[in-house]
Amino acid sequence: MFEYAPAPESRAVVELKPSYGLFIDGEFVDPLDGGSFTSINPATEEVLSEVAEAGPDDVDRAVRAARRAYAEVWGPMPGRDRAKYLFRIARIIQERSRELAVLESLDNGKPIRESRDVDLPLVAAHFFYHAGWADKLAYAGLGPNPRPLGVAGQVIPWNFPLLMLAWKIAPALATGNTVVLKPAETTPLTALRFAEICQQADLPPGVVNIVTGAGKTGQAVVEHPDVDKVAFTGSTEVGRQIARAVAGTRKKLTLELGGKAANIVFEDAPLDQAVEGIINGIFFNQGHVCCAGSRLLVQESVYDEVLAALKRRMARLRVGDPLDKNTDVGAINSAAQLARIRELSEAGTAEGAERWSPPCDLPDRGFWFAPTIFTGVSQSHRIAREEIFGPVLSVLTFRTPAEAVEKANNTPYGLSAGIWTEKGSRILWLADRLRAGVVWANTFNRFDPTSPFGGYKESGYGREGGRHGLEAYLDV
Amino acid sequence: MSERVAVRKTYKLFIGGKFPRSESGRSYPVQNTNVSLASRKDVRDAVQAARAAVAGWSGATAYNRGQVLYRVAEMLEGRRDQFVGLGVPTVEVDEAIDRWVWYAGWADKIAQVYGNANPVAGPYFNLSAPEPTGVVGVVAPAEPALLGLVSVVAPTIVTGNTVVVLVAETAPLPAVTLAEVLATSDLPGGVVNLLTGRPAETAPWLAGHMDVNALDLTGVTDPGFAAELERAAAGNLKRVLRPPAGPVDWYADPGLGRMTAFLETKTVWHPKGI
Amino acid sequence: MLARMTATAASARSDLTEVARSEATLRSFLHGLPGVDQVGAEQRAAMLATRSIKTTAKAWAIDLAIRMVDLTTLEGADTPGKVRALAAKARRPDPADPSCPAVAAVCVYPRLVPVAAEALRGSGIHLASVATAFPSGQAPLEVRLADTRAAVAAGADEIDMVINRGAFLAGRYLEVFEEIVAVKAACGDAHLKVILETGELVTYDNVRRASWLAMLAGADFIKTSTGKVPVAATLPVTLVMLEAVRDFRDATGRQVGVKPAGGIRTAKDAIRYLVLVNETAGEDWLHPDRFRFGASSLLNDLLMQRTRLRTGVYSGPDYFTLD
Repeated sequence: MFEYAPAPESRAVVELKPSYGLFIDGEFVDPLDGGSFTSINPATEEVLSEVAEAGPDDVDRAVRAARRAYAEVWGPMPGRDRAKYLFRIARIIQERSRELAVLESLDNGKPIRESRDVDLPLVAAHFFYHAGWADKLAYAGLGPNPRPLGVAGQVIPWNFPLLMLAWKIAPALATGNTVVLKPAETTPLTALRFAEICQQADLPPGVVNIVTGAGKTGQAVVEHPDVDKVAFTGSTEVGRQIARAVAGTRKKLTLELGGKAANIVFEDAPLDQAVEGIINGIFFNQGHVCCAGSRLLVQESVYDEVLAALKRRMARLRVGDPLDKNTDVGAINSAAQLARIRELSEAGTAEGAERWSPPCDLPDRGFWFAPTIFTGVSQSHRIAREEIFGPVLSVLTFRTPAEAVEKANNTPYGLSAGIWTEKGSRILWLADRLRAGVVWANTFNRFDPTSPFGGYKESGYGREGGRHGLEAYLDV
Repeated sequence: MSERVAVRKTYKLFIGGKFPRSESGRSYPVQNTNVSLASRKDVRDAVQAARAAVAGWSGATAYNRGQVLYRVAEMLEGRRDQFVGLGVPTVEVDEAIDRWVWYAGWADKIAQVYGNANPVAGPYFNLSAPEPTGVVGVVAPAEPALLGLVSVVAPTIVTGNTVVVLVAETAPLPAVTLAEVLATSDLPGGVVNLLTGRPAETAPWLAGHMDVNALDLTGVTDPGFAAELERAAAGNLKRVLRPPAGPVDWYADPGLGRMTAFLETKTVWHPKGI
Repeated sequence: MLARMTATAASARSDLTEVARSEATLRSFLHGLPGVDQVGAEQRAAMLATRSIKTTAKAWAIDLAIRMVDLTTLEGADTPGKVRALAAKARRPDPADPSCPAVAAVCVYPRLVPVAAEALRGSGIHLASVATAFPSGQAPLEVRLADTRAAVAAGADEIDMVINRGAFLAGRYLEVFEEIVAVKAACGDAHLKVILETGELVTYDNVRRASWLAMLAGADFIKTSTGKVPVAATLPVTLVMLEAVRDFRDATGRQVGVKPAGGIRTAKDAIRYLVLVNETAGEDWLHPDRFRFGASSLLNDLLMQRTRLRTGVYSGPDYFTLD
């Protein structure tokens, strides 16, 4: 047996303070009402830091700082100068990428291999890409004189804490807006580290403000009357509430919400790569991915072999310490999320689907869930309809391309989809018919700052990334 | 010789390419004419018709959609006098015809202008292209009755959406006459559905309908009502085009906004290898 | 869809004896194998290359890698003296450390087999020879068969043959198949390693098809390269071949070995290959009977890293013999 010895990434690159304040107007400040919460390492339940909780008055302070910075500094600043700040931030992120990757894995539970090889490179790339837009907005095809909106209130999730921050802040700043951002309550630490990077970059005070807290803080950001733009990534249910809250206001809204993507495997697929794509589609980031390929649709003629290959491959997944460089699947982000995954998985069993996980030793402490597949799933099962947001795959079958399209689209969501076949014309036929904002053909879960991302239907509206993503932050 | 007794026209709804009366049997008088007063069930039927038309219309080639819109302009040109007879100013009729022509030309260009290739950092083909959102509910502006209506319908359907239009209560006659133009323009039934009556009564049903993908509130003048409709639209996260913030110059260059408001961007990835 | 069935892990073993009944059946079988997406395969190999193998696992892997080395010299300038030195090195790779294992085999040209056989006698180290007009294979079949028989007669117990790439690329699969069958027969009891020369096959689809073709024809090992063309062994090519042997065993029950050769120079490289084996074909292939490295300079780097692990300090080339 080739047992890999533990290969832990060193924690020494991350120095954590016992407590963090709010980042408002270029400074770390204490919250006005003194509230705080702790952020823990979900792999060990160890407390990492105490973090300030922003109340409505703190949010108001942050919005006022952002407004002032917008009116006096960032709005009037020439695009080429804004660009230089963003380039500077991108470079600092590259220089401090190991530290940020380790901290991300500590706070989020994701494997260091992913935070190191996926999250952080994309974060830096996102700032680089948008930096270049700052002085070229008139050429973006969005009208001759696109104007910033003003103050952007942004609320981001816990699954890709720093990457979602980059998706929000980079385009907002490039287009001349200032920002009040609320990171998720279970993963605030890399956002606070980003605040330090803003200081290191000498970004003018107030351009970026970071207010930590939970749902109430987010609500205060979204509902603040002096916010011009709201951008949210998270659950469809909260997205709905936000859409209601901004109804009748002038606020421009973009939402990136849930998904229940179909990953469709045809009999003529490149099977080994398809299996990798299925694995990556659902077990990447513990399945805490809005565009996860959580519904596998397999053509019946290859069902047995795909399933056998998938199980064999799942048995190779290394679940455990997120900081071990060989870990493939890390910790579930929180006790609450673990409870939801368990609840839906139990519903899967109760509704008659067959559950399977490879033999897998899970640590005693922390939040863990073994990679799991359900077979014998039908469209009516909860595990085929509801977003589980965990390492749980529902396997369904189809016989014809038309049936695959019908099943794939039979959901209120429409974020992403996967197609596996070596027949080019079938890919294009299918891609035209899938109601999803991102279609990955013979690949899955690929991201790039130049490539717009966002959903159809209840997966939200607006795009992030690419030329299209600029529109969300411009008055065009 | 006695004066000829004119044959009057019955002004009805336009649903699925047909001209039914309101299922409620209700009507209301406008310019000495009884106009159908649409009900929530007419909204339901119209949404059903619009949904049924999505696959065919969005699946038609852009060239084909452009020709159909141009055909609408041709038919409208031939009926200029009818609209003038209803009190629509000549200049407005002319502009309405020209607007159809303008949007007809966009059918096979919008994807080129609003879509693009993305140079991702890896061996992938990556293309973003616009697609229609689906069924769009429209509250049409009351003024200008014809040009306003054309200016909200044409940009929405040219990209492949289908629409359920709530015509302003005060201006139904040009709308129903436009429906007759549409019905003779090779436009597939159900692509445009026009409901006359009281949007104040029907709009909430349209805004809350879970099989409607987007909502255009251009014709809503009461901010409170617009907010209520927007809240209802959040039920299934409809894309909402809010009422204009100020007066609109309907004769100005319309820009792309009314098309892009009801477009989704789809991005397709594929590896490049041997 | 016979190929489909064979590529499964299904318990039902397929009868593949009829596959090579005709050019048509063989062609339809090989073309029915699942395609390989180049980008996806290379990504998988690259991801596995990020595995971090440390301490005890590294020590274990280095010793295993040494035991898998086919210590090779295939130069026009080879002499009996050179071969004897190589054999000595094969027996005791690290004279300073008797705990260091011997390599798997020594690999030489047929003319030098008698010398090597003499030098390796009693060591348990296999003696491989590149027969069949290595490296081009461009000699009449009878010449190649005679080459093989001579090498076996002189004491080689492993034959590394090259396939006829020209015929393969021209789609004359049956011709390639029959040549392998003939060489296999000429081998007698000697094990046959079939060199696909993947650098000349170019696509992974071709690598998969050639792998199956060789296995169907009776190969005991499939081997990437001669080392004589610019592109030799790579991780993704080896990945595709490991998938092939894995699927072939699922289909037939017969376990075929894999030998990447050429360009593998460092212990780090070798460990990456072992990770690839471990996570693709599985531990059944983590054995010198099932996986080999065709290499010459690799051994010294394995020895240096082995010493580094043992002593805790970095070593240098002066401390290892250059044979």
